Amino acid sequence: MKPFSYARANDRADATSQAADDATFIAGGTNLLDLMKLEVMAPDRLVDINRLDLDAISETEDGGLRIGALVSNSDCAAHVRVRQVYPVLSRAILAGASGQLRNKATTGGNLCQRTRCYYFYDTAMPCNKREPGSGCQALQGFNRIHAILGASDACIATYPGDMAVAMTALDVAVEIESAAGEVRLVPVRDFHRLPGDHPEKDNILEAGDLITAVILPPPVKGRQIYRKVRDRASYAFALCSMAAVVEMDGDRIASAALAFGGLAHKPWRDEAVEALLVGEKPNAALFGRAADQLLAEARGYGSNDFKIALTRRVLIAVLTEATQEGAAA
Amino acid sequence: METTELTVNGKRHELEADSRVTLLDALRNHLGLTGTKKGCDHGQCGACTVIVEGRRINSCLTLACMHDGDEITTIEGLGEPGNLSDLQAAFVAHDGFQCGYCTPGQICSATAMIEEAKAGWPSFVSDDLAGPDALSDEEISERMSGNLCRCAAYPNIVNAIRQVAGGKS
Repeated sequence: MKPFSYARANDRADATSQAADDATFIAGGTNLLDLMKLEVMAPDRLVDINRLDLDAISETEDGGLRIGALVSNSDCAAHVRVRQVYPVLSRAILAGASGQLRNKATTGGNLCQRTRCYYFYDTAMPCNKREPGSGCQALQGFNRIHAILGASDACIATYPGDMAVAMTALDVAVEIESAAGEVRLVPVRDFHRLPGDHPEKDNILEAGDLITAVILPPPVKGRQIYRKVRDRASYAFALCSMAAVVEMDGDRIASAALAFGGLAHKPWRDEAVEALLVGEKPNAALFGRAADQLLAEARGYGSNDFKIALTRRVLIAVLTEATQEGAAA
Repeated sequence: METTELTVNGKRHELEADSRVTLLDALRNHLGLTGTKKGCDHGQCGACTVIVEGRRINSCLTLACMHDGDEITTIEGLGEPGNLSDLQAAFVAHDGFQCGYCTPGQICSATAMIEEAKAGWPSFVSDDLAGPDALSDEEISERMSGNLCRCAAYPNIVNAIRQVAGGKS
């Protein structure tokens, strides 16, 4: 690990002003310290934000939930109201990492976790995300875990997490405080970005920005499902995951919010797919058309070609489960 | 250099160490508590699991200086020869190891995991998010997936944990 200075933030203003001056936040540290040991990341200054007052879960005026940025993944998944009202979020968090890691990992930190692209992790290899302009080895290399949607010639890395996939289906907002003290809300679906020509930027955070909370909307109607497909039964990243919130009106689909993990540089949501489903009676042909729409622009890079067929099957399986007769809300 | 006060197994220590020192290296190299093992050093194997403020964590993925004032329990604090904890005794009775290197992490992890289950926390394999009534073998395996055993003593590890957790196979 490269040497760095360490300071504990006294309050939010102290934290954001230090970050605006080139310091890096550390919260749970489970991803950052892993990357610092490998010297994939080598910050000169760390600001420890763990003692800030951002670890509460509270109800919002409209009946939603405000989850502080320092709430651990374990506490968020186990929170009684999250389990009862937003089960897709509990399920997604529990699908990720291990018990030890979820105890340390935070809500804000999880949103900021970096890709697990092998070439990003290997400092002997070119990687445009780690070293802009150096090239992308994954394009021609082993790319089993890589993107099939929204990638660019500069980067085919995926966003690896589960939590943000469920949050994308739930239309969660990310609360961010800037170094100037301004607070803004960003829909989580706009928080992560596609790689384009700048894969070094994972998300829309600017220097000094501090995630302070995520805001869950009022209770949503419909059945909630999180499905994750991975190379082993537990403690592995998604090859493809899907969060679904599907509401039925009689025998027709009233609304569908669908988000996918493991497919792109961000949790993937396609409104055209959802529009195609709304008002229709669920059946195999409809779900097939939804998969055609979702995967119209999909592209494999060799080792990940299978993800196109896999995603089709996951979509059809989840929609079948979500719309079957007797499906409880 | 950072000055950090740690309470480990009930005993207070004042640590003077570089900011880069992980909690794992502080325990082993600075405090001489070598029961906690370094396996992968990247949070993938669980050999370094300790209990901090009541929660199991990977001590390799956290800096010692982040834990000023924290209470930490390591394998040495759970029991000792002649006075083993229930889980330590169960691992011996069920032969829940071969080489033994992952065992301190397994036991620290299981000790805290049983408390998580008692608090009603669900897991990925729980049918009902209200949490399971008893820890089935499937529940134990899922909740312990952050602890690898290269000797693959998993069946006996599950047997040992089930005995203490009171679950059904």
